[in-house]
Amino acid sequence: MSLLTPTPQVCSWTQALDKPASLETYVANGGYQALRRIVTEKVPGDDIIAELKTSALRGRGGAGFPTGLKWSFMPRAFPGDKYIVCNSDEGEPGTFKDRDILRYNPHQLIEGMAIAGYVLGARVGYNYIHGEIFEVYESFERALQEARAAGFLGDELFGTDFSFQLHAHHGYGAYICGEETALLESIEGKKGQPRFKPPFPASFGLYGKPTTINNTETLASVPWIVQHGGQAFLELGKPNNGGSKLFSVSGHVNRPGNYEVPLGTPFSELLEMAGGVRNGHKLKAVIPGGSSAPVLPGEIMMDCTMDFDSIARAGSMLGSGALIVMDETVCMVRALERLSYFYHEESCGQCTPCREGTGWMYRIIHRIEHGQGRAEDLELLNSVAGNIGGHTICALGDAAAMPVQSFLKHFGGEFAYHVEHKRCMV
Amino acid sequence: MATLNIEIDGKALTVASGKTIMDAANQAGITIPHFCYHKKLSIAANCRMCLVQVEKAPKPLPACATPVTDGMKVHTRSEYAINAQKAVMEFLLINHPLDCPICDQGGECTLQDLAVGYGGSASRYQEIKRVVPDKNLGPLIATDMTRCIHCSRCVRFGQEIAGIMELGMAGRGEHTEVMPFLETQVASELSGNVIDLCPVGALTSKPFRYTARSWELSRRPSISPHDSLGSNLEVHVKDNRVMRVVPRENEDVNECWLADRDRFSYEGLNTAERLTQPMIKQDGQWVETTWQQALEHVADRLKTFEPAAIGALSTPYRPAEELFLLQKLMRGMGSGNVDHRLRQSDFSLDDKAHGGFWLGMPVTYMSRLNRILVVGSNLRKDHPLMAHRIRESVRWYGELNLINAADDAFLGKVHAKRIVAPSQLAAALAGVCRALAEAKGQPAPAIAAHGVADDIARKMAESIVGGETRAVFLGNMAQHHPTYSQIHALAQEIARLAGASFGVLGEAANSVGAVAVGAIPGRGPLGQPAVTGLNARQMLEKPLSAYLLLGVEAELDTHDPVTALASIQAADFVVVMSPYKGKSLDYADVLLPIAPWTETSGTFVNTEGRVQSFAAVVKPLGETRPAWKVLRVLGNYLGLAGFDYNDSREVLRDALGETPTGNVQAFLSNEVTGVAVTAPQPTGGLERVAEVPIYQTDAVVRRAPSLQRTPDAALPVARMHSRLIAKLGLAENGRVSVRQTAHALTLKVQRDDLLPENCVRVPAGHSLTADLGPMFGAITAEPV
Repeated sequence: MSLLTPTPQVCSWTQALDKPASLETYVANGGYQALRRIVTEKVPGDDIIAELKTSALRGRGGAGFPTGLKWSFMPRAFPGDKYIVCNSDEGEPGTFKDRDILRYNPHQLIEGMAIAGYVLGARVGYNYIHGEIFEVYESFERALQEARAAGFLGDELFGTDFSFQLHAHHGYGAYICGEETALLESIEGKKGQPRFKPPFPASFGLYGKPTTINNTETLASVPWIVQHGGQAFLELGKPNNGGSKLFSVSGHVNRPGNYEVPLGTPFSELLEMAGGVRNGHKLKAVIPGGSSAPVLPGEIMMDCTMDFDSIARAGSMLGSGALIVMDETVCMVRALERLSYFYHEESCGQCTPCREGTGWMYRIIHRIEHGQGRAEDLELLNSVAGNIGGHTICALGDAAAMPVQSFLKHFGGEFAYHVEHKRCMV
Repeated sequence: MATLNIEIDGKALTVASGKTIMDAANQAGITIPHFCYHKKLSIAANCRMCLVQVEKAPKPLPACATPVTDGMKVHTRSEYAINAQKAVMEFLLINHPLDCPICDQGGECTLQDLAVGYGGSASRYQEIKRVVPDKNLGPLIATDMTRCIHCSRCVRFGQEIAGIMELGMAGRGEHTEVMPFLETQVASELSGNVIDLCPVGALTSKPFRYTARSWELSRRPSISPHDSLGSNLEVHVKDNRVMRVVPRENEDVNECWLADRDRFSYEGLNTAERLTQPMIKQDGQWVETTWQQALEHVADRLKTFEPAAIGALSTPYRPAEELFLLQKLMRGMGSGNVDHRLRQSDFSLDDKAHGGFWLGMPVTYMSRLNRILVVGSNLRKDHPLMAHRIRESVRWYGELNLINAADDAFLGKVHAKRIVAPSQLAAALAGVCRALAEAKGQPAPAIAAHGVADDIARKMAESIVGGETRAVFLGNMAQHHPTYSQIHALAQEIARLAGASFGVLGEAANSVGAVAVGAIPGRGPLGQPAVTGLNARQMLEKPLSAYLLLGVEAELDTHDPVTALASIQAADFVVVMSPYKGKSLDYADVLLPIAPWTETSGTFVNTEGRVQSFAAVVKPLGETRPAWKVLRVLGNYLGLAGFDYNDSREVLRDALGETPTGNVQAFLSNEVTGVAVTAPQPTGGLERVAEVPIYQTDAVVRRAPSLQRTPDAALPVARMHSRLIAKLGLAENGRVSVRQTAHALTLKVQRDDLLPENCVRVPAGHSLTADLGPMFGAITAEPV
């Protein structure tokens, strides 16, 4: 495996090698060639953005926004400071892919950010790493040192006038800091609370300067695309869903872990790679894109392919690609109670619906789970969730509401049973 | 500016680009419910109450934060919008205590009002409500933090208007709380505004707490009697008693703000110290009497003195009508001895000034100056809301330069500053003047002969010539200074060289008005020639036979309380007209109870020359009478012509003509000619730096108990540089004996490394430091 061959292991190819995270391994297998080429040959940034658009690379952090389009929003001719920020604040329950990139392939991210800096005219970048994976932060710092020492980061790279400084910054584990504007506030040393948009970070970002923020996996995919071209990346996946993607498979499977497969791979295949449902149990439900994605019943999921469009058609979202697999032993009320507790705990408290509503929803679900549910509770729960969704500054409100609405939609009967019989039907 | 065509609720509108839906709705007279939005604060968009429907938008958008775009169609009252607003209201109410019957905000609560339109009649929330511990924010602001809806207005006010973030949002999610920094209170001189800003009853007025329901109050307009801004007030009255004071919005003066002094000083109106009956001292005993007897007695005694041996003193805190009648009375008797500038010490400009000193510009201009030089001013404490306007200028990239004897925090960026001993103030200005001349390639003006154009002077000079709008201001300390005339002339020259506007920050509510109505020797109303006489300093340096004191507390209001008291005590006859008894019980022969500003009609002319008249808001207490009526009757008893006024408006017309504002504006001028500048006196020893603390400025505020419990009203201390403390063998927080003239005073030592090393800072205007002596000059400090 190497970066020199267009394998579908876009971000995970080093894991098959000895010393996967080392600069030596990365460079020996074609690393930093893409950066060196575009910088020394002075490839116009527009060409890179065109390649990204061709590649149909979509944001890997959850929203699936086309990366080439996002980069084209950046006012590259703006004369002042501009920033490129990597969002490695991977806090979505079920998601554990970015930490593996940081752990096993940090240089591909560094190269991707340097390319972004070159294309977008940013001289400084920040990688914001989740606070609860501190050893990953430390190992990434070591990778940064290596890259600086080897001349891949710093002033006048490769003897040109292009300079790029990259800094790692670790958070303290707040989920909200994964929201891009809260993340910017946090880097600035403020309380991590989302900003109202507009203005968007492309015009008013870090320290009020134009800023592009991408997910770790997104940026780490960039060197591959520059190396092999947008068309090759597109052809890995399917139209409008270019490339491969890391899927974090967790829950009731025999071999939980990260699997990088081309977008468009059938869910059944991915499930098989993960060893199938544990103990031969029946598949009950899957949350396909991290905890805030709506849950889908197993039978619907078995008909889906793993790409943004297919999952969206099924009524959920691919999100960060975190699959939480639940077998028939799962009590959906209990599962939702735990999820709602998370959002209640992680709401930043800035805006009203989320601050007040997440706690309310949790308390209703808690009482249903504990045999104190009331007849009107399901309707109330749906209504409260509906009153949060779409009414908040950031997407955390939606993230808290969507699981509730989808659990009630697909498994309402279980909730009704809980209310009526004061116990679980599973 | 480009304009956009939009539609709100079917109403076609043209709005400027860059405006929000909220702005556009306000323009169209459409009300959108909101809590966190406030026109003077940054946009937070956190309450979500202003969600509206925008066609083609996938979800409801907050009107306060959404910029309008061309062709936008907004629905603020559609079912979609109302549902979103009702949803937010339900969330706001689930953890709100709904203790409206015992909440001071009741009746004027935004949450209560909007709940009528958007709330349900019953709550779907059956769980236990959140309880939040209250915070101690000091003597002015009461808290009920359980009621807080986290709109963050109070937090943003601190950051953006007061200039100091004393409140913050701690915690996350449901545990979010507004709180001050641990173990501290809110101490900003503008803190009371958070009471108005709070849309619920979380922050309420502590002095007003539980004393009245808002709907029992009569709301009457008035004008602040304290600083020279002339903030517009609404005085709330119940049962002929002032219950509280809130701002009356006037964008040109105080905007929607009020300094704490203006807001809470009303507590000083209702104290037991009020004088409510005319009194005459007979054989050393005070005897209550009638107005007729008292005034006949005063008239009879005054007739027995040489007119030139009578002195009339007042303060710039009294209305213009009273000051006008006082000078008319004196001049009618044939004496020119009338003055109100009790804290001033250098009067040599009196025959060199071309008109009345004033701000030199409208107050509103202070918010958008590019280059500013302020000389001898404790800006924040002397002029709280003008300091806010200058902060606004600085926030918009203006440069503020300071020359002063103390370095109190301005709470904004300062471009350059020079902190010198008071005796060096003129020299510091001369330095800037010289640097300016050098920069313009001109020879140094003669009055800048003693200046040195060093780095700081050049930095200031370079700053003050830049930008498009420039101003030089003189503060209270400059005006009280023993070489005020030189400071004024130098500042005028700097302004001339820099092409800057030149202004004098009026010391008090009626500083401009008092001069305009002729309450100074040598100049009558609007500068008409008048019989000359003694100025305040001359009247108090050597005893006169009789004094007429209008609202004066000699031991607190004067430049040198020691000589002032000695002279007054040595006089044969002292008439004190005052709302309060105070120390005058010791030295007066007649006490006449006159009305504070709430009990009389009158006029204050603010520092920009704005003539603001006001009516009484309550009836006078006891036998108290408006001072203009007292003086009018006294004029009759003295047999003087022209004292037959029917109301205070006639007095004002007599004083300032048919068009008072125009006449005052025409009279105002900061120009002086013929001032000679002398070399700075080498001092050798220590110098006193004395400011009048913010809550000691006048008789009313001194008696306002809540303000007197704030950190700004702490007991006087002697502040010194740590090197001076060490040099004198003193200990920080230890005790020191300070002495200017006869009396030594023992004070606590407080370290202040921002003071010049040869200065001891002891506040004036305080009963505990009145024995010390003049506000400037040599002082000694020794270990106790």
